[in-house]
Amino acid sequence: MFNFFNLGKVFEVTSRSIKYVFILFIIVLTIGLTEALFLSPEDYKQSHSVRIMYVHVPAAWIALGIFSMMTFLSVGTFVFKNKKFFLISKSLAPSGFIFNIIALVTGSIWGKPTWGTWWAWDARITSMLILALFYFMYLLSWRIIENKNSVIKISSLIVIIGAINIPIIKFSVNWWNTLHQGPSLKIMSETTIHSSMLIPLGIMTAAFALFSLLIFLMKFNTEVIRIKNKGLDRL
Amino acid sequence: MINEIFLMNGYGPYVWSAFIFTLVSFASLYLLTKLQLLKEQKKYISKFGSLSKTKIVVAREQKIHKEILLNSVITKI
Repeated sequence: MFNFFNLGKVFEVTSRSIKYVFILFIIVLTIGLTEALFLSPEDYKQSHSVRIMYVHVPAAWIALGIFSMMTFLSVGTFVFKNKKFFLISKSLAPSGFIFNIIALVTGSIWGKPTWGTWWAWDARITSMLILALFYFMYLLSWRIIENKNSVIKISSLIVIIGAINIPIIKFSVNWWNTLHQGPSLKIMSETTIHSSMLIPLGIMTAAFALFSLLIFLMKFNTEVIRIKNKGLDRL
Repeated sequence: MINEIFLMNGYGPYVWSAFIFTLVSFASLYLLTKLQLLKEQKKYISKFGSLSKTKIVVAREQKIHKEILLNSVITKI
């Protein structure tokens, strides 16, 4: 199964698409920053501090999205015994970790003017910190474990255990009384954000998604060349 | 006008520091990943150069080989 995953063909596509993704990312980011910093209105309650939302929310969404993808890939590694899945998972992890850190730091900066504190051991914030620890453990496992089969199994296991935290993060604001506000964007019911703020949020999310794609492509190529380097040794 | 953009009713330091932190994180991760990619490309080229003639023929048959060399040329430009 999954024979379509021909490394040669995939590498051809990934290596050629990097420059196009980079150009698109710069364009979308420039539009997003202009909208977020200058064109979008200030909030009637939070004033200009609401602008932090345009980096905080997309970063948190993408950190969660990447970890969810890594979970499916890790399950795939165990179920289908396809070791190529780990290559994708490993290439996704660095940008997921950085987005998680951005969400935590910008959330902390936003907390000071809104809550009067940089940090609170609130359910949403703490569960996001735990997610960052799982990302860190995953990346660390690739650094410290040398046996390839062991590192694939251990890193996949870290992600699968960490996946328990995903629904906790999502529903933490509903399950517990938290300082963190409830969801403003809902799929099943009407969203409470005005379009003048929703559009910049959408553009910034697209820019962040493009950046994670860019890093993924570069990291994936690095991993493939690393494998090829080992292959040259064996020739 | 300029004051309003930078100060943002007193929220400027919070807003600007959040955006600057994000952009610096992006730049750092991009540069780090780019350096790793260039390092592996260089390693590949130097290893390929030290191969014997028969091994070079085998390596050249692989599609990935051409792509690595092609992209390492693009990056140097």
